[in-house]
Amino acid sequence: MAGVLVFCELQDGTLKKGARECLSAAGSLASATGGEVSAFVAGSSAQAAAEQCGQYGVRRLFVAADNALDQYTTESYTAAMAEAVRQAAPSIVLIPGTSNGRDLAPRLAARLNVGVASDVTSLEWSDGRLVARRFVYSGKALATVAVTGSPAMATVRPNALPLSQPASGSAPEVVNISTSTDSTVKVVETKAPEAGEASLTESDIIVTGGRGLKEAANFSYIRDLAHAIGGAVGASRATVDAGWIDHQHQVGQTGRVVSPNLYIAAGVSGAIQHLAGMSSSKHIIAINKDPEAPIFRIADLGVVGDLFTILPALTDEVKKAKAHS
Amino acid sequence: MNSVVCITQVPDTESRIRIGADGRHVDETGMKFIVSPYDEYALEGAIRLKESKGGDVTVVSFGPDRVQQALRECLARGATKALHVKGETSEADSLGIAKVLAAAIKSVPHDVVFLGKQGVGTDNALVGPMLAELLGYPQVNVVTHLDVQEGKLTAHRETEGAEEVLEAPLPAIVTAQKGMNEPRYASLKGIMAAKKIAIESRSLADLGLSDSEVFGQRVQFVSLELPKEKTGGRKVDGADPAAAAKEILRYIRDEVKAI
Ligand SMILES: Cc1cc2nc3c(=O)[nH]c(=O)nc-3n(C[C@H](O)[C@H](O)[C@H](O)COP(=O)(O)OP(=O)(O)OC[C@H]3O[C@@H](n4cnc5c(N)ncnc54)[C@H](O)[C@@H]3O)c2cc1C
Ligand SMILES: Nc1ncnc2c1ncn2[C@@H]1O[C@H](COP(=O)(O)O)[C@@H](O)[C@H]1O
Repeated sequence: MAGVLVFCELQDGTLKKGARECLSAAGSLASATGGEVSAFVAGSSAQAAAEQCGQYGVRRLFVAADNALDQYTTESYTAAMAEAVRQAAPSIVLIPGTSNGRDLAPRLAARLNVGVASDVTSLEWSDGRLVARRFVYSGKALATVAVTGSPAMATVRPNALPLSQPASGSAPEVVNISTSTDSTVKVVETKAPEAGEASLTESDIIVTGGRGLKEAANFSYIRDLAHAIGGAVGASRATVDAGWIDHQHQVGQTGRVVSPNLYIAAGVSGAIQHLAGMSSSKHIIAINKDPEAPIFRIADLGVVGDLFTILPALTDEVKKAKAHS
Repeated sequence: MNSVVCITQVPDTESRIRIGADGRHVDETGMKFIVSPYDEYALEGAIRLKESKGGDVTVVSFGPDRVQQALRECLARGATKALHVKGETSEADSLGIAKVLAAAIKSVPHDVVFLGKQGVGTDNALVGPMLAELLGYPQVNVVTHLDVQEGKLTAHRETEGAEEVLEAPLPAIVTAQKGMNEPRYASLKGIMAAKKIAIESRSLADLGLSDSEVFGQRVQFVSLELPKEKTGGRKVDGADPAAAAKEILRYIRDEVKAI
C-alpha cells in the first residue's frame, strides 16, 4: 500500500476544478507515503483526459471507458472505483467534495470497510495516518481527525486546496478497467442548470443578495454584478423562503457551504446560519446600511450604505475595469 | 408501507461552541439539544407516507440517554414506534454508526429508510450511503422531492446547480434535503399520544456488535479548536456610492486580485 488515488470528474473532456485541486495536493502526499499519484476517470471521454492528468503528475490512470458511465450512478461508479482501488492499492483515496463525490465516497468506504474524513480543508500524511482538518458545528469549530484505514479516504471541500499549475509531464500509463455498469437506480431526467449561471460551490466569486433587496425583481442588482464580475449568484434563506429565488442558490447551514476566493454579500444581515455557509471564504465584502449588522464582523471590507446605489455603481466600475484589462 | 427514520440529536444551531476539557469534543454542559434539522424533513417524509399508505414509522437513534427526548419529540409529531440504541457516540466514526443502525433496523419492517442528508454539527453526510451499502439497498441522496409508489420511488436529487430525477426500487435509502417537504410541529394531541408509547432500547451487545467495530477504529478525533476569531476588516462609508464603488473595485483588483 502506497500512493494516492484521486477520483476525477470530467466536464467537456477536461478535468473539473475539484479534481485538479485534489491532484495538486496528491503529489506531496504520495511522496510522503512512498508512492505515486494515480487517478480514476470514467465515461467515453475518459481517455482524452490522459494528457491533462500527466500534467498534474498522474503516473497511472485507471480508465473505465464504458459509455454507460457518462451518467453518474452510485452503484456503477462504486463498482468501478472499488476495482481501481483494488488494482492501485493506494494508501490514500481523495475524492472531490462535489455532489457526486459526496454520494460516492461513503458508499465506497463502507464497501472497503474503511473510514472517511468528510469535506476536509487540509491534509497531511503523518505516522501512517491521514491527518485532516475540517470545519464542524457549521464553521464554529475546526476539528483535526486521523484516518487510519487502508486506504484512508477523504472528500475535499471545493476551493479549499491551492491549485498548482499544470507542468509538462509525460502521459500516464493507462490501465483499462471494466466492471458491471448496472444500476438499480435509474436516472430518468436531468434538469440542466439555468443558462449562464455559474455553479455556486465551484465558483471563485459569489455575489449574494439578502432580504435587503426588498423584492424578487431586485435580484437583478445581484445578477448584473455577478455577470459583470464572472461570479455565481447566492442568496440568504430569507430570500429563498420568500420565493424570490430558487433554493439552489441558498448559502448557509441549510443551503450550500461555499468557500470562494471572493464573497460579496449585499443586504444580508449575517445570521449565524448564513455565516455557517460562507465564513471560510478567502475575501469577504459586505454591503449593508446598518453599521451594526453582524456580517461586518467577518467582512474584510465593509461598506455601510445603500445597496441600491452602490451595486449599480460597482457593476459599472467592474465593467470598465474588465474592458481595460 | 413501513418506514424507518434514523435521527441524530445535535446542539441547537444557535449554540455557542465551547471546547471540552479533553480538547477533542465540545463541552455539552448547559447545551440545548435538538433533532438535527435535516432529520425533520426525513421524519416528515415518513409520516406523510404513513398518512397516505398506512403502516408504521419507527424512529431510531444511537446515542446517550439524552436522545430519548429527541425520540419523544418525533413520536409527538407522528412517528408510531421508537428504538433507542444506547451508547456514547462521541468516539464512534460514521461507519461504526452505520453498522449500529444496520443491525438495529434488521428486525424492524421497512420499505423506505429515511435519514437527513447530513447531521448538523458534525456535517459529515456519510451515514446514509454507508447504511445503504451495508444493507445492499439503492440510495437516493440529497432529495428535494419524493414520491413513493408500490415497489418503487421517484426522487429529485440536488446536484451542482442542477437536478436529477431518479427512480429506485424498494427497499431504498432516502436522505432528505431542505425542500423535500415542510415539517409539521407536534400537536397537543400528538404530545399526549406519544406519552403512551414506550421507547424500546437495545445495547450494542443486544445487537451482536462489539465496541471495537464501532469506536475509534477507522477515524480518530485528534483535536477540536475554535477558528481564529475574525476581527472585522476595514469599514468604508457608502454615503457617496461612486466613491464607495471605486474603493471596492480597488480592493477587488489589488488585494483579492480577482480582476
Ligand atoms: C435551523 C435554521 C437554519 C437556517 N439556515 C439558513 C441558511 O442556510 N442560510 C441563511 O441565509 N439563513 C438561514 N437561516 C435563517 C437565518 O437565521 C436568517 O433569518 C437569514 O439568514 C436572514 O436573511 P437576510 O440576512 O437576508 O435577512 P435579514 O436578517 O432580514 O437582513 C436583511 C439585511 O439587509 C439590510 N438592508 C436592508 N435594506 C438595505 C439596503 N437598501 N441596502 C443595504 N442593506 C440593506 C438590513 O440592514 C439587514 O441587515 C436558518 C435559520 C434556522 C433557524
Ligand atoms: N447516532 C445516530 N443515530 C441515528 N441516526 C444517525 C446517527 N448519526 C447520524 N444519523 C443519521 O445519518 C444522517 C447523516 O449523518 P452524518 O453522516 O453524521 O452527517 C443524519 O441526518 C441521521 O439521519
